[in-house]
Amino acid sequence: MLAPPPFRLHTPASVGPANASSDNTRSRPAWSPYDDNGGTCVAVAGSDYCIVAASTRLSTGFSILTRDCSKLFKISEQVYIASAGFQGDVRALQKMLQTRNVMYEHIHRKPMSASALAQLLGNNLYYKRFFPYFTWNLCVGLDPEGKGSVYTYDPVGSFERVGFSCQGSGKDLIQPVLDNQLKAASPLVVPAKDWMSALPLEQAQDLVRDAFVSAGERDIYTGDSVEILTITKDGVNKEILDLKKD
Amino acid sequence: MFAKGPSHSTALGPGCAGPPLANPQNFGQAGPGAHEHGSHQPSCGAAPFAVDASMLRSAGSQPHKHTQSPYVTGSSVLGITYAGGVMLASDTLASYGSTKRYKSVQRLVKVNETTVLGAGGEISDLQYILNMLDDLSTEDYCADDGQSLSSQELYSYLSRVMYNRRNKMDPLWNSLLIAGLESGKPFLGSVNMIGVAFSDDHLATGFGSHLARPLFRKKHRPDMSEEEATALIREALEVCYYRDKQSINKFQIAKVTTAGGVSISDAFALPTKWEYQAFVDPTRDAVGVW
Repeated sequence: MLAPPPFRLHTPASVGPANASSDNTRSRPAWSPYDDNGGTCVAVAGSDYCIVAASTRLSTGFSILTRDCSKLFKISEQVYIASAGFQGDVRALQKMLQTRNVMYEHIHRKPMSASALAQLLGNNLYYKRFFPYFTWNLCVGLDPEGKGSVYTYDPVGSFERVGFSCQGSGKDLIQPVLDNQLKAASPLVVPAKDWMSALPLEQAQDLVRDAFVSAGERDIYTGDSVEILTITKDGVNKEILDLKKD
Repeated sequence: MFAKGPSHSTALGPGCAGPPLANPQNFGQAGPGAHEHGSHQPSCGAAPFAVDASMLRSAGSQPHKHTQSPYVTGSSVLGITYAGGVMLASDTLASYGSTKRYKSVQRLVKVNETTVLGAGGEISDLQYILNMLDDLSTEDYCADDGQSLSSQELYSYLSRVMYNRRNKMDPLWNSLLIAGLESGKPFLGSVNMIGVAFSDDHLATGFGSHLARPLFRKKHRPDMSEEEATALIREALEVCYYRDKQSINKFQIAKVTTAGGVSISDAFALPTKWEYQAFVDPTRDAVGVW
């Protein structure tokens, strides 16, 4: 007979003192291999730029672990990953992707493109389908035509290319604003419309800044500061914007 | 007979009393009641799922080998950087549940000439970690090239060890602080039992994350002198001692300085004052208690 998995779905009924459980074989606090360390990532693709931004607060429960922990990870000059969720998994994922990029460079004499990395990340997230990386990722860069590209994921590897996206604890606050301001064309429109943001770079940057400042007002896991990277054919510009520390 | 398990907060790590888990959040999807008004649960710092300890037992009559709860534990470790160095502080107690079982356990350990490790949580797991670090140091010694692992390398190594054991559902039940010098600059890093790792100018594990870090945030400066840093960390130790019942008035301070390498102080006691009104009459302002 197949042994039951060593997991028990953590239902709201089990919140509170572990001893409150009527199952008296369990008299100790359960241990969880996961945590949620919060944080928000945003990416916007333009016709000749790509913006990726992430808050730097690292939290657990109602505590702030540190105010300065980057969620952005550089794979190559023009390709970045932004990850929120469980920071232990985020680090493991970043380390693995970096290793794979080094191997890729040895074989192909060039760094991975955003689309190659996007597929690799999707595969590796799905590889851990039954003990998932609890990470919410964005993979960003420029495509071969120099257009911004943003790939958005769920923790088990579903992904798609989009014109803009938001992940992490502030996504409920930010995503609808991006939907409204960047006006993604419906995928049902025929003939298909470009979903790329038509905003000029400066306006898109302003939108991202406003999005983080706003999320910082209501989401306790978004704050301290936000790193905003602007990727263009000329290179990468990094801006650090201070948010509220409360 | 076993000790009663200490009330660890799984979210905050060993030595920190509190509810076992902050709040369930199944992969970020709001479950029933997630937005319920008046529910004072964080919506983050949550566990998507928890391990049922009974499921980890080996088949047959073999004893299970996974740590499902810690037995002999140490409490908070505090750490701050300052101009020209970094210091760690902790008490020397190893508790057996709520029994003050071993009162002279050194929880701050010199790893090499530029690094000290401070640990809270299960003491046997700490000893296992120290054995591993000993093996690494032995390899460095045998190579005889004058090289040794830097504090950042040790921090990185420990974060992988902790994360790997978490992946095996067999965690090393510790919160670790790693302090040292990295290219002549103070380095302070933290790793917990599930592999969350980060560095900062000031850190604390367990109870200290609630009691000491607010003090650090208020008073710490990276350019403070060693005297100022010592005064700050002694103040923080005193506050932790007043409020953490799993602590004793017997402390050690470890320093790594650009000038003098690693030094770990002898155990010392802090002067305490228990005549504060709130201590003498704790229920004075609490209506309806006796």
